[in-house]
Amino acid sequence: MMFSDMFQKLWASGIIQLGVWETIYMTLISTAVAYLIGLPLGLVLSVTGDGGIRPIPWLNRLLGFVVNILRSIPFVILMIAMLPVAKFIVGTSLGNKAVIVTLIIAAAPYVARMIESSIKEVDPGIIEAAQAMGSSNFQIVYKVLIPEAKPSLITGAVISTVTILGYSAMAGTIGGTGLGQIAITYGYQRSKTDIIWICVVLTVLIVQIIQEIGMRIAHKTDKRVKQ
Amino acid sequence: MIEIRGLNKIFPSKNGPITALRDIDLEIQDGEIFGIIGLSGAGKSTLVRCINLLERPTSGEVLVDGRSLTQMPQKELLRVRQTIGMIFQSFNLLEQRTVLQNICYPLEIAKVSKNQAIARAKELLELVGLTDRMLSYPSQLSGGQKQRVAIARALATSPKYLLCDEATSALDPNTTQSILDLLKEINTTMGVTIIVITHEMRVIEQICDRVAVIGESRIAEIGDVREVFRSPQSDVARNLLLPHGKSYETVTGGTRLRLVFEGEVSERPIIANLVLECQTPVNIMFADMRDIDGKAYGQTLLELPDEPGLLERACAYLNAQGVHFTREV
Repeated sequence: MMFSDMFQKLWASGIIQLGVWETIYMTLISTAVAYLIGLPLGLVLSVTGDGGIRPIPWLNRLLGFVVNILRSIPFVILMIAMLPVAKFIVGTSLGNKAVIVTLIIAAAPYVARMIESSIKEVDPGIIEAAQAMGSSNFQIVYKVLIPEAKPSLITGAVISTVTILGYSAMAGTIGGTGLGQIAITYGYQRSKTDIIWICVVLTVLIVQIIQEIGMRIAHKTDKRVKQ
Repeated sequence: MIEIRGLNKIFPSKNGPITALRDIDLEIQDGEIFGIIGLSGAGKSTLVRCINLLERPTSGEVLVDGRSLTQMPQKELLRVRQTIGMIFQSFNLLEQRTVLQNICYPLEIAKVSKNQAIARAKELLELVGLTDRMLSYPSQLSGGQKQRVAIARALATSPKYLLCDEATSALDPNTTQSILDLLKEINTTMGVTIIVITHEMRVIEQICDRVAVIGESRIAEIGDVREVFRSPQSDVARNLLLPHGKSYETVTGGTRLRLVFEGEVSERPIIANLVLECQTPVNIMFADMRDIDGKAYGQTLLELPDEPGLLERACAYLNAQGVHFTREV
């Protein structure tokens, strides 16, 4: 396969390498912060929900409503709508800083739902046993729910990371950098198909690596697997 | 002592409220093994959950050692729960913890130091005979082993009471036997009061001192296991003792007698002699032999032909032989 001059120029000036790095770090930072918000939110959703250990219907419905609204807006639109918010938080609506803010706002509700569903998978019988032994609700959360759901939480984190990586590529349209932006500006707008495909292949590789590492960790932590 | 007074439990549902328990009064003495038996859906699992307030009664009181759990603040209740162990049909072990860590769990909740907790857990592993599986995870154990771990975990905080919710229902007969033996041992050597919920008469016969029979949300009868076995008063109890007893009614006519053999009587050929004595064929519709607390107990359901004077002769014979019997309707 022959590469265009454009590719050789981009590679020699390190733009593609930088794009890979930017994609990775935007994804990781956004995922990490999204978890800081989404983890407690997801725990509250599962604990206060119907059949949770401390049902609080009004709070559950309120949080569920907010999460649903944010989740139902397509990311491309949410991203643009959230730029003023980004400006308020990080002082600019341009560049990667602003993109990361919008990524977090979009990802946190997604993460919360992932956490909620993982926690809900914990066998109610185990929770009942913990209650019978005199555990407080707080003890049940950190000694039973989180440890028992750990493999599922890790799997959820992998899926969330991959989703956020996909979002980050779209951020190329509002001035974020990374592989998405390279594909749009050099590949799409200048009709260099090979650039698009190179970006695709690189993205697939990153996803594969995250997936492989994550699933290995999840499998290793799961003590339910017969050895 | 555990006292349950005027307890009702009503679950709200879309089709109107469902009464799970109605007017339950019970006293469970210290040191006994108390059985609660009933068919599924009778409300027995709800009843046992009312004892440690996993289910809050709609009305009525639960007193443990004279203290009312229903009136107690939550913090206090959590402390009381640490003195009431519980085991379950599905074992409910923490899947991501080793056997040892599972047994340490209630000790962590009771704020026992880590070293003390591990020492105590090892003691209990020895009691249940699983010292060599200390570092295994629940998924690596058989059902019987899992229940042993659950028993060790329930006993970790040295509770005075142990609630067993269908603890042997998921186990095969041999394993059931070994778990029942273990429970009996715990009762006699450690003096733990045990409350056993089951739908199997055999479990009650083997280890219980007293039994409450539950049917349709109420206590149908309550008393000494031997007494209930010998002359069950309620339909529910009769049904549990004579499985499928009801289905015979539709098939046959005739007079039916339920004979109970106990101790020495069960070693004599009573029915064969009855046939010879009364010169009549009899139809054996059900026969069973059980071992209650080391004594042989048998029961047989006989059908006699409708013949004038035969029933009187048969009754006279059975009375003379000292066989306890009742006429079944």
